[in-house]
Parts: sequence; structure tokens; C-alpha cells
Amino acid sequence: MTHSGGYNADARIRWQEWLPWLAALAAFFLLPEYLSLGARILIYILFALSLDLVLGYAGVITLGHSAFFGFGAYVAGILSAKLGISDPMLQLVAAALGAGLLGLGTGAIILRTSGLTLLMLTLAITSVCLEIANKATPVTGGADGLSGIVIAPILGSFKFDMFGKTAYLWCLVVLFGAWWLIRRLIYSPFGATLAGLRENGIRMHAIGAPVYRRLLIAYGLSAMFAGIAGALLTQTNQFVGLNVLGFEPAGELLVMLILGGVGRIYGAFIGPVVYLIAQDQLAKQFPEYWYLGIGAMLVVVVLFARGGLLGIADGLIARLRSKP
Amino acid sequence: MSIALETRGLCKSFGALTVAEKIDFRLDAGARHALIGPNGAGKTTFVNMLTGRLAPSSGQILMAGDDITALGQAARVKLGLGRTFQINSLFRNLSVLDNVALSVAERRGVGGRMWRPAGAYREIREESLSLLETLGIAGDAGVRVLDLPYGKQRLVEIAIALGLNPAVLLLDEPAAGVPSMESARILQVLDKLPEEIAILIIEHDMDLVFRFARRITVLVQGEVLCEGTPVEIAADKRVHQVYLGEGRHG
Repeated sequence: MTHSGGYNADARIRWQEWLPWLAALAAFFLLPEYLSLGARILIYILFALSLDLVLGYAGVITLGHSAFFGFGAYVAGILSAKLGISDPMLQLVAAALGAGLLGLGTGAIILRTSGLTLLMLTLAITSVCLEIANKATPVTGGADGLSGIVIAPILGSFKFDMFGKTAYLWCLVVLFGAWWLIRRLIYSPFGATLAGLRENGIRMHAIGAPVYRRLLIAYGLSAMFAGIAGALLTQTNQFVGLNVLGFEPAGELLVMLILGGVGRIYGAFIGPVVYLIAQDQLAKQFPEYWYLGIGAMLVVVVLFARGGLLGIADGLIARLRSKP
Repeated sequence: MSIALETRGLCKSFGALTVAEKIDFRLDAGARHALIGPNGAGKTTFVNMLTGRLAPSSGQILMAGDDITALGQAARVKLGLGRTFQINSLFRNLSVLDNVALSVAERRGVGGRMWRPAGAYREIREESLSLLETLGIAGDAGVRVLDLPYGKQRLVEIAIALGLNPAVLLLDEPAAGVPSMESARILQVLDKLPEEIAILIIEHDMDLVFRFARRITVLVQGEVLCEGTPVEIAADKRVHQVYLGEGRHG
């Protein structure tokens, strides 16, 4: 199931699509000692979904998506540590709006370009954000990071506990909402336009589509979801460091998405799960060489499965079905 | 007869290279008009100026009497100017249906809607399907374009332009790359297009041009050499010299 949307697609949710949510709930009950890793995975799934919207669907290749993730993370952190606004809902809304506006503002400039120029500009923007966060020590804590973050109970009644149960469920609920919205978007006429832009921007111009405006809206929405993911990271860690900005998290995200499969929604689920669990396990076994394992995995996927891990799964299912 | 599309003194030069020199051209409403000329005569440049992809160096373009020289591509499409491309310009990984539906949706102004699923817009699917029906490729609606044979891809190219319900249709070599056997099929399709659409066709296949067009303009080195009915053009000595003399085939 590739979830490419379009005018002949059946947008109803299929039974298989409930499996990730069942797995996430099962993990909550069966693996209580892994909840902080679990929350991190859920956050990265949301982050990867936001990237899939622009990269997999609209075909905008970016190395700077961490700008919005980091911006959202800092908005939530600064609201709590500096302004005393500790309500998690308010923080999410502020982070979404802030990152969305940053997306619209930077997108308005860079989406006039394409290809390598665009790629370099996205990288430049997240690097600039990183440098600002580094230098603006009084607000961001600079290289020491921003601590002293307090998160109030959700809706005034669900406290963030030390085992990470609330954080995990909170991330799961937010991810579910975001997934539902993004999925709707992908199956809408707007989503079909994004696929058209990815396939052939020149022809989209020729059929009279407002190409620039559509791309900008998609970019802004994607930035918004990335910002929400960043704010969730702040809330679960109660800390923000410089590592949420710059090339590294953006590149890592790209690797996760490619690993899972680009432009198919659930690639953004599989990628972070495999990547972060592999990272966790490999780092325990081979603390010095764990990146080698990740690298080998990526090389294998890129060489043999252009559609990512989900592409491999599709191929296997097709083969099984074709046999009598 | 009213004029659907007109150019007045249209010029275009890239540095010292002049590719369009004071082109005065009229396309009547409901016309079946062909633009021919040897390679490098500036035919595609002319089309690109008409559609707004290239800005002319000087001169005017008018559509139904209104000056559209300053309008962008999207605005001209909204006024009813559709085009096809010499080299297929399709949405290759999308289905044939979606290729057409994208353009139908854009014309109906629902291309930017974000809430209802695209599949729920039945009127768009139905209009797209009936369009494919008239072109004889409705059976391939669910096939990805890149899996189609080339001749059918050329028909999808035309279908996308028809989805815009154009008043003026510019066909840039619709039969380019199609074996002559199949170009008959394309001619059949073109013959069935609604009478009220003014069609300008640019084509190298002279059989197709002389069977389809009721009027022909000959372009040579960016200038209009002559214009007339197919009979007049076929009899014109200058045309024979620059073009048909060595170019006629089949």
C-alpha cells in the first residue's frame, strides 16, 4: 500500500493502518523500561512525517528541516524556562505557530529556487538558526543548553511522571492527531497537486496551478508539524540542547525516512523505529562503532531497495500473491 | 469571424540571436491552423511566448482582443489557453486518470482543497474519464503513465490540455516520435476535437498537417514567410525552396 493519494484512491483507513497504533499501545504495557526510547521514536516519527510531506509528496529535497524542529523545541523551552508558561498544550500551539511562520517566512524566499540551490539554502537556514541559538545565551542557554524547564500537568490533571508514562502517551496522542491530519491532506486534491509538483512542476504551471503558493503552504504546514515534534522533545526531556538544530539532526532524519521509504506515510513510521532501536542496541554492543552498523544498513537499503524497508515488504507481498 | 489569438510585431532575441522577428499572426475562433517551418525556425519559441513561458523582447499578444502580454502562464490558462508539449511533459509516476484529473481539478478550482479526499470529487473523476473516453484511452485510466506505450502517452499529453477546456489549444508536434502508422490515430483524435476550439498545430509530419489544417503559416528564421490555405502553400515556390523542396516525405 503506497498511499499515493489521487482521484481514484480509496481514502478510507485500512485495517493494516491500525497495526502501528496497536504496537505502540502494546509497547506501553509490555516494555515499561523502554518508554523514554519509545517517546523519542514517536517524536521522530512525527518529525519524519513532516519531512515526508515536503520530500516524499511535494518533492522538495531539504537538509534543513531541523530548523523547524529546533525552533519548536526552543519555543517550548523558552516559554517554560523564561516566561513561566508551562502548560503543555499552550506550548505545542505556540511551537506549531512559531515553526509554521518560520517555515512560511524562509519558504517564501527559498522556494523560488530549486534543486541544489534550494538544498544549500535549507542547510544555510538551519545553520543560521544553530548559530543564533549558540550565541543568544541569555535566552537559549547557548552551548550549555536550556534547563529549568517545568511542564505542567496536561489539561491540569496528567502529570509528567519520572517513568515517562505520561510523556509516552502524550506523544502518542499528538502523533495520532498529526498523522490523521497529514493523511487527510495527502488524500485531498491538495495532496494530489503536491504529487503533480513532484512529478512535473513545468506541467503544473502549464495547467494553471499556483505552483509557488501550493509549495509554500505545504512547506509551512510541514514546518508546523516539525515544530510540534520539537516541542514534544522538550517536554519529554525537560531540556533543550543545541543538538536539535543544524545539519546533524536534519541528515539523521533524512536517513530515517529513506530507510523506511519515502512518500508512503508509513515509511516515516518504520524508519525511526528501526533506526533508533538499532542505534540503541548497537550503541550498547559497540559504543565506538555503532555508526558503522547504521551506515551498512543504509547502504544495503539504498542499493537494493529504492523504496526503503516498506518497498522491500511490498515486493515480498507482491511475490507471495503472484504464487498460486 | 472573431479572432481567438493574435500577435502584433512579436520579437524575441537572445543576445545577438533573433528567433522571432516582428511576427504578426492571427488565429481565428474555431480555426484549424498549422505553423510549419524548417528546424530552428523558431516555432517552439513562438509557442512559448504565446503561453507565457517566455517573455517577448517586444510586441503584443492578444487573446479575444485583450492584451495578455504581461500575464503569467497560470493567468493565460484561466483565460482558456491550453498547450501540449513537443516532448512529453507528463506526471510519469501517476495514473493516466490522475494526469487528466489534475488539470480538470485545476480548471474547476478545487486543486487547492485540503479536506475532502480527492476520490470524493466524483464530478472530476467522471469528467476525466469521459475525456479519456473520447481519446480512446479510458481503458488505461488506472495505468501509470510510464507503463504506457509512447503513442498513448502522446494522447495523455493532449488529454491534459483538453482537461483545461481551452478556447485555444496549441499542439506542439503532437505526433513527434510516433510511428507513422500510429500518427493516423492521433489525427483521428484531433479530428474529433470540438469545433469551437481554435487549434494551432506545429508539426513536421506533412501528411498530418495537410490533412488537418485549413490554414497554414510558414515560419522561416523567425519571420513569417507566407500564409494561406493548404493548396496555396503547396503551390508556393518560396515554400518549396526553403522547406518542402527537401522536407517533403511519405
